[in-house]
Amino acid sequence: MAKVKISKKSTRIDMTAMCDVAFLLLSFFIMSATAKQPEPKAVDVPASTVIEKLPEEGVAVITVGEKQVFFTIPRDIRVLTLEKMATLKGTSFTAEEKKKFEGMDGFGVPLSQLKALLKLENAERNTPGLQKGIPYDSVGNQLGDWVQQARYANREWLNERIAAGEENVKFRDLDIAIKGDAKENFTTVQQVIDILQDQKKNKFYLVTNLRGENF
Amino acid sequence: MAELNTGDGGGGKGKKVRSKKSNPGVDLTAMVDLAFLLITFFMLTTSLAKKQAMELAMPDKDKKDPQPDSTTKIPEERMMTILIGKDNRILWYMGKFDAPTIPPTEAKFGKDGIRQDLLKNVALGKEYAKREGKPEQGLVVNIKASDAATFKNVVDILDEMAITHPQLYAIGDITLGEIDLLKQTGVY
Repeated sequence: MAKVKISKKSTRIDMTAMCDVAFLLLSFFIMSATAKQPEPKAVDVPASTVIEKLPEEGVAVITVGEKQVFFTIPRDIRVLTLEKMATLKGTSFTAEEKKKFEGMDGFGVPLSQLKALLKLENAERNTPGLQKGIPYDSVGNQLGDWVQQARYANREWLNERIAAGEENVKFRDLDIAIKGDAKENFTTVQQVIDILQDQKKNKFYLVTNLRGENF
Repeated sequence: MAELNTGDGGGGKGKKVRSKKSNPGVDLTAMVDLAFLLITFFMLTTSLAKKQAMELAMPDKDKKDPQPDSTTKIPEERMMTILIGKDNRILWYMGKFDAPTIPPTEAKFGKDGIRQDLLKNVALGKEYAKREGKPEQGLVVNIKASDAATFKNVVDILDEMAITHPQLYAIGDITLGEIDLLKQTGVY
């Protein structure tokens, strides 16, 4: 009888295909994704069944959480807004501070503390609890001023572009989105809405998540 | 990982020195490891899903005339008021506050709660408008959130509006009488 010979096979697997797939996925993720912006205030937004997306650019976001309010101005008009705000409040910012402000995404400090905030490093700025929110009560309604100046800046910027003969530029008012924490008391959001309505800004977005469960 | 020992392990004194057959394949294990590590990293740090946005249009608020009584033009049979209290509880009624056509009823959030009431009332409002000879009109909903309501509650109700499609809806300010009503029923 012939002895059955068990052939000794190599235990090595060819990893080429696996490697290809891994790198393909990697390239896909890098190309299709945008980096998560560091936020001074992380909020957990409520879910809704609405499937409209937030416009990608040109939206100013008001973040509301724990009775604090933060403001994010679109990058294109950020410096212009700061200049207008400084003129309105009778202060001024150096060129270096303006440059730093342009790189800063959202912020939540009173104007008087903005200079101190700009001196900090990027990583330090977003320490939780460091920024206490923009004042929005009726006494020092800086949030209203910021929104108003941002809208002026947006108008000026668009008008300039239209005057320069750029095509595909149409005038539209600055879109405002309210990003509120799900657990936030509605009165705070109502106050923010009132501030917008005082400027005759009656239409805005509420940022929500997509609802997952069977609703 | 699994790699066959191709080395001769020394010894072999006096034997012929054979040239080692080198393995032609490169070990890709480390490379795959690295690739998957990077994939994981990018998946965690990027936000793929863009945020949804709910568009909200508020009625124009004129400062000179702070309470424009526009609701009077709407027949009370088509007017529904939703009051949001504490602990995700809702109270709703049809018609005027003093003389509701359907008395205040408590409801829960979700498809078995307020959704059913809303759908019923939307049908009711449509029927009434048809009898009036205005088939393009329907139910008008007034959403009033108390201090105890959370932002999520309001978004949930707005979501119900998007699902049930009343003719019109708006967010209004709650009145003292309505807060009293909420207190009496233990919702506030």
